[in-house]
Amino acid sequence: MRRVVVVGYGMAGARFADEVLRRDSGVRLTVLGEEEHAAYNRVLLSSVVAGSMTPDSVRLHGSDWAARHGVDLRLGVEVTGVDRARRVVLADGDEIPYDALVLATGARPWIPPTEGLQDPDGALAPGVVPFRTLEDCERIVAAARPGTPVAVLGGGLLGLEAARGLAGRGCLVTVVHPLGHLMNRQLDVGAGRVLARVLGEFGIEFRLGTSAAKYLPGDGLVLDDGSRVPAELVVVSAGVQAATEVAERAGITVDRGILVDDALRTNDPRVHAIGDCARHAGTVSGLVQPAWEQAAVLADRLTGVAPAARYRGTAVVTRLKARDVDLAALGDVHVDLDSPDHEVLSFQDPVRGRYAKLVLRDDLVVGAILIGAPDAAAAIAHLFDRGLRAPTDRLALLLGRALTPEVASSPADLPAAAVICKCNTVSKGQLVTAYRGGASTVAALTAATRATTGCGGCKDTVCGLLDWLNNTA
Amino acid sequence: MTLTDGGVSPREFPTNRGGLCQKGWTSAELLTSPARLTTPLVRRCGVLEPASWDEALDLVAGRLRELRAEHGPDAVGVFGGGGLTNEKAYALGKFARVALATSQVDYNGRFCMSSAAAGGMRAFGLDRGMPFPVEDLGGAGAILLVGSNPAETMPPFVQHLRGADLVVVDPRRTATAELATLHLQPAPGTDLALALGLLHVVVADGYLDKDYLAQRTTGFEQAWLVAAGWWPERVERVTGVSVADQRAAVRLLAEADNAYVLTGRGTEQHSSGSDAVSAWINLALALGLPGTRGSGYGCLTGQGNGQGGREHGQKADQLPGYRKIDDPAARAHVGGVWGVDPDSLPGPGRSAYELLDALGTPTGPKALLVFGSNVVVSAPRSDHVADRLADLDLLVVADLVLSETAALADVVFPVTQWAEEEGTMTNLEGRILLRRRAVVPPEGVRSDLDVLRGLAIRLGQPAGRFPVEPEEVFTELRRASEGGAADYSGATYDRLASGEALYWPVIRDGSSPRVFLDRFAHPDGLARFHPVDHRGPAEPPDAEYPLQLTTGRVLQHYQSGAQTRNVPELLAAVPEAFVEVHPDTAERAGLADGDLAAVVSRRGRMEARIRCTASIRIDLLFLPFHFGGAGRANLLTNPVLDPTSRMPEFKVCAVRVEPV
Repeated sequence: MRRVVVVGYGMAGARFADEVLRRDSGVRLTVLGEEEHAAYNRVLLSSVVAGSMTPDSVRLHGSDWAARHGVDLRLGVEVTGVDRARRVVLADGDEIPYDALVLATGARPWIPPTEGLQDPDGALAPGVVPFRTLEDCERIVAAARPGTPVAVLGGGLLGLEAARGLAGRGCLVTVVHPLGHLMNRQLDVGAGRVLARVLGEFGIEFRLGTSAAKYLPGDGLVLDDGSRVPAELVVVSAGVQAATEVAERAGITVDRGILVDDALRTNDPRVHAIGDCARHAGTVSGLVQPAWEQAAVLADRLTGVAPAARYRGTAVVTRLKARDVDLAALGDVHVDLDSPDHEVLSFQDPVRGRYAKLVLRDDLVVGAILIGAPDAAAAIAHLFDRGLRAPTDRLALLLGRALTPEVASSPADLPAAAVICKCNTVSKGQLVTAYRGGASTVAALTAATRATTGCGGCKDTVCGLLDWLNNTA
Repeated sequence: MTLTDGGVSPREFPTNRGGLCQKGWTSAELLTSPARLTTPLVRRCGVLEPASWDEALDLVAGRLRELRAEHGPDAVGVFGGGGLTNEKAYALGKFARVALATSQVDYNGRFCMSSAAAGGMRAFGLDRGMPFPVEDLGGAGAILLVGSNPAETMPPFVQHLRGADLVVVDPRRTATAELATLHLQPAPGTDLALALGLLHVVVADGYLDKDYLAQRTTGFEQAWLVAAGWWPERVERVTGVSVADQRAAVRLLAEADNAYVLTGRGTEQHSSGSDAVSAWINLALALGLPGTRGSGYGCLTGQGNGQGGREHGQKADQLPGYRKIDDPAARAHVGGVWGVDPDSLPGPGRSAYELLDALGTPTGPKALLVFGSNVVVSAPRSDHVADRLADLDLLVVADLVLSETAALADVVFPVTQWAEEEGTMTNLEGRILLRRRAVVPPEGVRSDLDVLRGLAIRLGQPAGRFPVEPEEVFTELRRASEGGAADYSGATYDRLASGEALYWPVIRDGSSPRVFLDRFAHPDGLARFHPVDHRGPAEPPDAEYPLQLTTGRVLQHYQSGAQTRNVPELLAAVPEAFVEVHPDTAERAGLADGDLAAVVSRRGRMEARIRCTASIRIDLLFLPFHFGGAGRANLLTNPVLDPTSRMPEFKVCAVRVEPV
């Protein structure tokens, strides 16, 4: 039986194990987890901060998962080395042989070099919490009481999700972001502005284009521009770094991530990497969807179900998970309105918190930003994902359901062929003919044509038609 | 409805509230239709010619005896229908197991209700489609209607939905979706992901009914471990239903005083249909709806006797009373009622499509008897089904008109229809209805019960074993069903005729309108969450077949259209197959409204008139399945089966559209 050892029991490692088990291949699995508890769903951590999920409800596996599936799961273990002659070495001296090794070691939060955030040993100062693990969330939630001043370092996707959750708990939140607009990787300047305005409605304040220079525990932050931000809690969400120490110690090639090919192999064909620790085609994704797609491809390969399976990258759609804020961004949005190779549509309504930009090439969606347009966001992401040509009615596409055409409602406006009673296929013309033939009440029209005798939904229309006939006849 | 001299007239009745649609109003025309068969037909030199009843019955019985002697009892297959009365469905199953001793019996309800049945059994331990009276819907504040279009399929039923906030889940903007407060429009084949997402939102938005979970259910934790991975943004990506709409749907359901979740074929006719039903039931359970007064889960039965048809033994794995054929106690009970050795009863046989797929093959049946079904139009991959029928040594069809399947038969028996015969049907609420004979059948026409008896006697059965009087059959059915899940033992023609509303189980003088109020039917009385995950359509679109096809109904036609296409008024309203397509998709294919187009899948090619519809998804085509010949939607459909219910994937496959 082939032995596959997985280093890492986060979203990628747990998913890979599930995918292997689903394929029912008889592979013997060992999963090594650094943390003491079962894998959890990192995507839902912002919901834990917001209070809509409990730590217990974001588990990926039940406590009996390993036993039920015959997986050798070891929690709270540290991998000290990899013997490329196919053995993993643990801190307690135990050695685990493997036929294939999967590195799913994830990433660690990056702490900006702001004075006072860390002590010289790297320990975080009191009141400073990264936003990465379930424990981090529990500490944030414990500190976040109504009225607590909180600073969030980083105006990217996760920082804003945390900020929105904390604002919802009644905290006084200030987001400090070194660039000129929020979510600068996914949004253009205009969208960033609208987003700041929308989030501002929930009481969140922003300091953009400036960084924290100094942290004074119990007081707050001093920014580059000399201004101060009061904070009893500083949530750090300034980016992550791939956790590559195990790979590096084993002599696997690393460059800001463990380098893998389309087969998710490292430079050692028995060693693979997936998820936030892996760098594929120049990209360290840091997102769940690529990690899960990689897990499926690798499971196909290592179980022998589909040895030719390859990972070719993931088209990313960014969705901000923040209550009452609807934001989607996808593809390449940094295209000017007058770009000759593209068709660019744009709509801005900052007062109502709406922003829409759609970039098309040859009728295909190549980029979009949508704020406050949930229907359009869903529809456009679908076109993007499926590679479908966009409908010719671009305005309807951009505005979603907001642009439902008005239906003719007056009986006078309806053509004679218009079907009034769908249940019995009775047209306006037939009703008019029956009226002219002497059916001058609803009951008589019903008797003559059977209109209204099915679901009864056309009763109002028939009454309206009768009024119109009485008034015009 | 009642039949009068001038035709039919509607009756005030709870299900239809005095309403009738065009099919109901015109149903009397079929009684006197020139298309009506009034004499048996026997194929001679390739042509169907009139024959006497004795001639036809002797011929069939003789051929059946020969085939059985040569190949064994499973050489004969039987295919029933969900439109047959309870008495006929019961007699047909008994005829197959006793007179033919074949295991090869199944029916078209497999294509209809099997996924709902499997999901209901798993969750509640009992499959009574709607475990409450239909009037209860009138008191609901919100109703989630999944994959059902009653505004076209059952218009008078829509009256029950008018008081509630209606949330409709359908990839098409149907007539029913037009009535909705909120229409969720998932990509075809992604309902399961949507259901998981709504369950996720129930938890995330604080609507989980924890008291109900603790008192009435078991297994939530495992179901949640799956649903936890379907957060709304991921669900939006897979289904195309916006996060905002997912939240709004859950809010409407959860904040209503009373709410219902109802499913139809749109979500059930998939290769993951049973799991989809489980996912919708899981949602209903999380909201605390099933088995609660004024709230609940139900499925909307399709055919006239879709509920009763699945309870009395025409299913490959069942005996009367919704008993399992591999249960020794069930075999002993039914064998006792039938007066045969339980060990002589065959075991479970092939499911409907597997049965059709095996016909005429070395290991499959050599003969098939079809009652109340038009399989060359209604079965998936129907050209292949026609090929299988052509390889049979003997095809026998009992029908009232020369359906497309009857036209291929070696022998056709002309049988009675609704107003010409007595019998019971069990409606979507599990209520047993007695239909009285209103007119005398035309000369030369016999009831299916008569046909079965005629064949049984010729196959050596004692005459008393196959009665022709419906009440006598029903009396025996009551005994056979006694103690089973669908227990009819207390239901008598007298009680039914007196107007009593009898919902099964009917034991002694009781009735069970709301069957789960105190407990569910599992031994511990609890409902079960069944953990299910999304798999997606078996055939995703690709470069060669870039569009998705879904199939369904129009108001004017019923099932394969064999009956309704013979009613001039209905045929005039919708005379031929059409394909609904987005105008951009049509234009890009070089087609315009009204053009004749070819729709092509990996399994076949059919022709339909283009009907441009701006509200349909740009990647979706819709075809009604009521037409024969080159207009058959099922030439295209994918016969991949649900592993639990053996339901084919009628509702989604990959196609392209092109000029003819």
